[in-house]
Amino acid sequence: MEFSFPPEAERFRAEVQAFLADQLTAEVLAATREGTIHAPAMHKAMGELGWLRAAVPAELGGGGRDPLELAVLVEELQLAGAPFDAMAVTIIVAIVLLVHGSEFCKHNIVPGMLEGDLLGCFGYSEPESGSDVAAARTRAVRDGDEWIINGSKMWTTLAHIADYVLLLTRTDPDVAKHRGLTFFVVPLDLPGIEIQAVHTMGTERSNATFYDDVRLPDRYRVGEINGGWEVMKTALKYERGVTGGQLPSPPVIDAAISWIRTQSMPDGSAMLDDPTVRETLLRAMIDVEVCRSLAYHTASLASSGVMFGVEGSMTKLFSSEAYKRHCQELQDLLGPDGLLTHHNADAPLGGLVEEHVRHSPVTTIYGGTSEISRNLIAEMHLGLPRNR
Amino acid sequence: MRTIFNADDEAVHDAFADFFAKESPMEAVRAAEPLGFDRRIWEALAAIGATGMSLPSDVGGADAALATVAVVAEVFGAALAPVPMIEHTVASRLLHQVAPTHPDIRAVVNGSQIATLALRPPMAGNDATLVPAGAVADIVLALVGDQIVCTCNDAPGISARNTGDLPIANRCLDDAVVLGAAGSLFERAVDEWRALTAVAYAGLARRVLEITVGYVQQRQQFGVAVGTFQAVQHGLADASTRAEGARLLAHRAVWALDTNRRDASRLAAMALVFAAETGRFAADRALQYHGGYGYAEEYDVQLFHRRATAWILQLGGPSTELRRLGTIEFGRQTAIKETHPKEPANRKTHNADANRGSI
Repeated sequence: MEFSFPPEAERFRAEVQAFLADQLTAEVLAATREGTIHAPAMHKAMGELGWLRAAVPAELGGGGRDPLELAVLVEELQLAGAPFDAMAVTIIVAIVLLVHGSEFCKHNIVPGMLEGDLLGCFGYSEPESGSDVAAARTRAVRDGDEWIINGSKMWTTLAHIADYVLLLTRTDPDVAKHRGLTFFVVPLDLPGIEIQAVHTMGTERSNATFYDDVRLPDRYRVGEINGGWEVMKTALKYERGVTGGQLPSPPVIDAAISWIRTQSMPDGSAMLDDPTVRETLLRAMIDVEVCRSLAYHTASLASSGVMFGVEGSMTKLFSSEAYKRHCQELQDLLGPDGLLTHHNADAPLGGLVEEHVRHSPVTTIYGGTSEISRNLIAEMHLGLPRNR
Repeated sequence: MRTIFNADDEAVHDAFADFFAKESPMEAVRAAEPLGFDRRIWEALAAIGATGMSLPSDVGGADAALATVAVVAEVFGAALAPVPMIEHTVASRLLHQVAPTHPDIRAVVNGSQIATLALRPPMAGNDATLVPAGAVADIVLALVGDQIVCTCNDAPGISARNTGDLPIANRCLDDAVVLGAAGSLFERAVDEWRALTAVAYAGLARRVLEITVGYVQQRQQFGVAVGTFQAVQHGLADASTRAEGARLLAHRAVWALDTNRRDASRLAAMALVFAAETGRFAADRALQYHGGYGYAEEYDVQLFHRRATAWILQLGGPSTELRRLGTIEFGRQTAIKETHPKEPANRKTHNADANRGSI
């Protein structure tokens, strides 16, 4: 086996690092603390550099950047603690439109998304359906050349700043649940759409969105009528592809170590010399190398033209569970000071560890819960009977 | 970046998977207990050139990279083969490094002499205790101070009875001769042992999970196969996820050693700790999902469970390895001082730079 990146990818890494040194200022990071995990100027700059288009496979008309280079991009964004959720989601929406969308969508929506001018968000979950995503009840009913949409969506994160929502609807309630679904890409400024904030313990703002007799021309339909599940499969496939590199822990570990280096134990010895402190840090660092190895594996498979499946679930499961564990253990190492939020001038590392402790629980839920990941691994990797 | 075996690796993998299936079935593993060594299997391994494959061809080896040995170590680990393949490999590489003209070098490479190393340096004047493969090795290398010494006294032929039925034994170093002063070469050999043992653990974990996945689809309780229960499925999914991570990290550590990356030693220690704990976790889940039968001697799971417990302990437990890793990452622990000088809070500490260098 061979675990080094090709020279082009390392050159691109240097380019990304220089970009982040320039763009990811303290002000940009501070702005994300208000709850919207997005950096508009940085996103637009990436669009202008062609990085968003480059992330789209060549066969779909994108730049077809080598998945190893995409892995480098995601790795550097994560190591720097840069917000990139909106980037990843928008790229996936653009890919879904290129695969399944109408000519209208391909020509009027996708270019703006890939240039960094338009943002997309996901509209899959509903108040009564999360992991059971195919149970969606938001109704779309045909009326001539238009559709009338009624229903509500949960966890439409970024909807308050996004231009379009990739909306999963039910178009036939009388067939098996997977067979009566249709996707639309819906402009969020249409009459009848209401966006309500859902505030979270991680400070991150999500949304509930409500659709009340929203009228939408058929050219916004994505994929076949009642063919929504095929579209869903494309979205999930590229969700694993684009966001394959999962490495959220290193900025938190780095921060904790730099603070611990300044601290003494009650007996005057250095805190970093304490064996239990060291063991906690080292176990987290080992997990990081495991995450890195798993992420390199998926990137390497994708680069060699293999569309991976269960490997993406394994990476997601391990890295999110590890991240959540690390955050709590690192906060514990900081002691009572670890409780202090960034509102306190003397919070360790500006409250960074504390913020991650509140953010981390969502990562084992969104993008496929740990339980769904385990189901998929048991079924696809181990060949055990389907169980849900 | 290539995280899968290439065609050559696949050929080696398949050949050795066949070899261990034929020469070292579970009956042979059982029959070799409690010594943990089967000379017939060792001789068969030597006959196909596996005992010195990574040594230079001018001493009878095959110039193979450590990565090729790792391909073998994975199937070796899955088979629990009762032969000291990893100890012999790293000891013979060390012997060749420190004493390339040693009179026994060809005998070691062709396997007619078994070599090993005392992983833990003995105190000067003392025996080397609980040496891996010490019960059967003809040549034992040890680090005393900064001296690499070698003894060729008779192997005891019996092991100190132990959890994993491994051929560990004390070896007297009174007649040891000094080969050279090169502690760093010895450290490198132990790092190779760490990385190859990590790969073997990954093989063990994968195999014990395969056995268990088969079992839970057969075993019926409450009228259905126990493998249909989510509680069982999720434990197996967690264990197999960790096994995949352990396998990739172990092969990455071997690659780092082969290419002399500066983080090779760090990765070898990390790979060993993670793989050992993963092997133990997988064996624990396997035993649990076999129910009472997993505890029974008659079933193979206990063979895996005991070796998963034992392999890393030939060097030291995970906490011992973590203490050493802490020295690599953070430096030696300093003595208690009256006041500890404060360091700037923004000092770059986590070795992200070292990681960068490695990828």
